[in-house]
Amino acid sequence: MSNQGKSAAKGGAEHTYEGGLAVIPADAIKDPGLEPHRVRMTDKSPKHERAAVRQVASLFVLSFLGSAFSIYAYFAFPITDDLGSVRSNTLFLGLGITLGLMGIGIGAVHWAKTLMPDAEVSEERHQARSSEADRARALEIIKLADEESGFSRRKLIRRSLYTALAAFPIPAIFFFADLGKDQTNNLRHTMWKAGTRLVKDPTGTPIKASDVTVGSVFHVVPDGLVELEEHMLEEKAKAAVLLVRLDPADLKEDPAKASWSYDGIVAYSKICTHVGCPVALYEQHTHHLLCPCHQSTFDVTEHCKVVFGPASRPLPQLPIAVDSEGYLVAQSDFNEPVGPSFWER
Amino acid sequence: MAFMKRTGGRNKLAAVMVIAAGLMVTGGGYAVATTVAKTTQSAEYSQAQVDEGKKLFLANCASCHGKNAEGTAAAPSLIGVGAASVDFQVGTGRMPGQLSGPQMFKKDVQFTNEQIDALAAYVASLAPGPAVPTDEAVATNGNTTRGGELFRINCAMCHNAVGAGGALTEGKFAPSLKGVDPKHIYEAMATGPQNMPVFNDANLTPQDKKDIISYLKFVENNPSAGGYELANLGPVVEGLFAWVFALGGIIAITIWLGAKSN
Repeated sequence: MSNQGKSAAKGGAEHTYEGGLAVIPADAIKDPGLEPHRVRMTDKSPKHERAAVRQVASLFVLSFLGSAFSIYAYFAFPITDDLGSVRSNTLFLGLGITLGLMGIGIGAVHWAKTLMPDAEVSEERHQARSSEADRARALEIIKLADEESGFSRRKLIRRSLYTALAAFPIPAIFFFADLGKDQTNNLRHTMWKAGTRLVKDPTGTPIKASDVTVGSVFHVVPDGLVELEEHMLEEKAKAAVLLVRLDPADLKEDPAKASWSYDGIVAYSKICTHVGCPVALYEQHTHHLLCPCHQSTFDVTEHCKVVFGPASRPLPQLPIAVDSEGYLVAQSDFNEPVGPSFWER
Repeated sequence: MAFMKRTGGRNKLAAVMVIAAGLMVTGGGYAVATTVAKTTQSAEYSQAQVDEGKKLFLANCASCHGKNAEGTAAAPSLIGVGAASVDFQVGTGRMPGQLSGPQMFKKDVQFTNEQIDALAAYVASLAPGPAVPTDEAVATNGNTTRGGELFRINCAMCHNAVGAGGALTEGKFAPSLKGVDPKHIYEAMATGPQNMPVFNDANLTPQDKKDIISYLKFVENNPSAGGYELANLGPVVEGLFAWVFALGGIIAITIWLGAKSN
């Protein structure tokens, strides 16, 4: 390897390279050397030098004023009950602190660039290999450590340690099993059950079928969700439903699913089948439901089939009915998992 | 007088009511005023208003909505849409529409308040529908916290969390709610103009509507604590601002750091 480097260097350069492992091509770009030194105005003219000194000092003074102003601003713009006071408090405190730090930073850089020596120098890299003495000393330390710990001598400890180290990563292989079938079925079921009343979000008021006039939209959760003490948001994220009433003549229902609606009232999962945003932008006359995240558009008249955008499946429909008191209830849970695709879907 | 006429006409206890009303007047007109204002509907319209409204309707609306407001291929029936719908559509200048398209735009109001009331009276006389709300029903002294929660659940997906508006499909959009008359916000919820769904009193009660209006007026009249709103349009505008100005500033400083002094 080092031969290659040397011969390549002979090809067209005045330097000899200690090539090491590097491959140096014959047409390597020549070292252009240092560029010619350019004399600054501050070096040539005392007037410019004095100006630069003043600029640097002004920047430091500006920094001082900024710090002082932020102390002033702390007292002059306190946070009160008025929301606007938060805005002026953070704005003026921030401006003061910014000036304080930026003044120091810009001043220091300006000082270095205009007034400190700017002669270009090149420094040779030192040898990467340690000295023979250092290498011998390092070896000596390793040998001493081996001797004192008994690593080579005590076979039982050494071999049991090797076994332990080899076994440690193995459990991770078993953890991959969790990437397989979902044992809990959490993604396939929601809080909805046969007979669960549809209630308004966030009040939990049950909804009579007669309350849902044509063109109405109700944001619905299952009865009991609002009162949940634990995992309320997790359950809501799966069970949220949009309830809409259309003129029954506008619905083009699949005969197999015709019993899922009630007199033009339909209920669909509010969770987008693309990546799970809440789909709730309902247009009363086009009957389109728009997802605000990626513009997937669903047609409510035809079981929320996708008419535009990246979603690949219709929104799952919640089969509904009316109970003896006239309130809307679910016939069952959704008949398919709600929300975006997952590994078994 | 409207209060007594309405109650007395239907109720067998009319005499009792008249006496009760008399007692309340002696007790203080204020109490009566509050009782009347508790209802969310404005006073009934006179026959003269209905007749005037019909004339205005035939001259300005019938070409699209039909001579009897029954609707045509160009425009929907107005039977049963109620006075609130007319007051909103005409009162915000959306009607008469200037051209047909995916959405009717807000523009200069074309009629005087008296004419709008007359048109509303005529349409309300066709069939019962949502009425124009009273001043008390749209006062902005409701519960803003509750109104904010209801707004985020029912309205924010289209109108943005602080009512800045947003895009819908095919050129339609949910308009900004800044500077909109509380009465018109109420009427829009009650009637569902254009592609907006209806939020009837069973869905959002009059108190819910009042709370929502109070929330909207609160965010409109209070500065944002987070600094400049950038039109409240959300992450796209904020991200663009950061990319252009913050990243631009960082690049400028980097170039200055690396440049040699003159």
